[in-house]
Amino acid sequence: MIRAFANPHRFMALSRWLAPVCLGVGALLMLWSVWQGLWVVPQDDYQGGDIMRAMFIHVPSAWLAMASYMGLAATSLVWFVWRHELADMAAKSIAPLGAAYTALCLATGSIWGKPTWGTWWLWDDARMMSVLVMFFLFLGYMALRAAMETRQKAARAGAILAMVGAVNVPLIKFSVDIWSSIHQDASVLRLDGPAMPPVYLTPLLIGGLAHMIFFAGLTMMLMRAEVWGRRGDVLIARKLSGS
Amino acid sequence: MKSPSPLRAAFRQALGEAWAGGAGVLLPIGFFAGAAMLVPFTVGSEASQLSSIGTGILWVALALASLVSMERVFQADLEDGVLELWAQEETPLFLVAAAKIIAHWLVSGLPLVLLTPPIGIALQVDPGALVPAMLAYGLGGLAFFLWGGVAGALAASVARGGLLISLLALPLFVPTAIFGALATIEGPGGPSLLFLSATTLFALSIAPFAASAALRLAVD
Repeated sequence: MIRAFANPHRFMALSRWLAPVCLGVGALLMLWSVWQGLWVVPQDDYQGGDIMRAMFIHVPSAWLAMASYMGLAATSLVWFVWRHELADMAAKSIAPLGAAYTALCLATGSIWGKPTWGTWWLWDDARMMSVLVMFFLFLGYMALRAAMETRQKAARAGAILAMVGAVNVPLIKFSVDIWSSIHQDASVLRLDGPAMPPVYLTPLLIGGLAHMIFFAGLTMMLMRAEVWGRRGDVLIARKLSGS
Repeated sequence: MKSPSPLRAAFRQALGEAWAGGAGVLLPIGFFAGAAMLVPFTVGSEASQLSSIGTGILWVALALASLVSMERVFQADLEDGVLELWAQEETPLFLVAAAKIIAHWLVSGLPLVLLTPPIGIALQVDPGALVPAMLAYGLGGLAFFLWGGVAGALAASVARGGLLISLLALPLFVPTAIFGALATIEGPGGPSLLFLSATTLFALSIAPFAASAALRLAVD
């Protein structure tokens, strides 16, 4: 299965049409969920009135932030064990997207926090702190890759760092949770079914799906750019060597 | 003549470097004391305020001071070629990496721990709590040095990688900083000291392997 997708030619042929399709479908679904969130669903006074509509961006971006770190760790592991170049390209592409989603999550969270909690930033909130630490892990990953001399070294160093970070993330999460959290308890994934009324839940889940599809499309686009960049390097090297 | 085992060589060399220029033993001490000294100027000199944040200030200063000389720990070995020899020895490289980091902690981390009582007293912390707190500072400092060592090994081949090391290592300091700060407030009987030791053992079980993988990359 992995072997079939590890072939760059097959990847280029597949992503050629799949990436634009993902971007288009993701954008359409995203627009629908934002439209639902902003104009259709009733406001919830318990969550601060109209400001709770930020949820339709905030919650998907939090999901994507976590998913992208998992993706970064998984692709790094695949590259480190099997040295599939596409896995490294995927890791390299996921990192800036993950950083952007963590930043979006923090920004929307603090905009939502200002009217409901009365403050832009709550240091003793566990989830905010975990996401902030994750943001710095992404920044460190990108800075390390950028500092390395060769592509091969950047890939190896990045993979080591991403795996070290990944084993630390549960520990960071646990230690930060020891702090008191004033966030409400998880209200979507619970054993006795979601606590959220379906009128909110449906646009939220569609929004999450939309961001995931859009994210996949963006990742494929960045990976394609990386493949083209490497092909360009090969062409330049050939020209310089005069063959 | 039989060459000395790389483990002992790495250990002795790290101890010797402490008195050489650059990564000297005095540099982290000066940084540690200087960072702590700046705090009363910025937050005010009120005794009650200082005493409530004093142990936390020491944690921040310890975390930052542990990174000051991390840049040179593996870079010097890479430049003079010792690292390449170590990578070819029979002794596993992760043991060499662990020996280097622990020796570095002995010369640049332990002195900071010994310095926490006087600086803590100056910051109006209860003197009776400072001596048991040294255990927490020692354990936490070792975890800081281990994660810093991973970052230092990753950045060994990067010129002027000091800031990069800080960016890589600081997020990994979070659990140790949280449990360390709680442990110094609770005292030695509380559960946080056990959690703090757990984070240090966790670092001890992972950091040497990650550092050795990074060193192999630097050698290639």
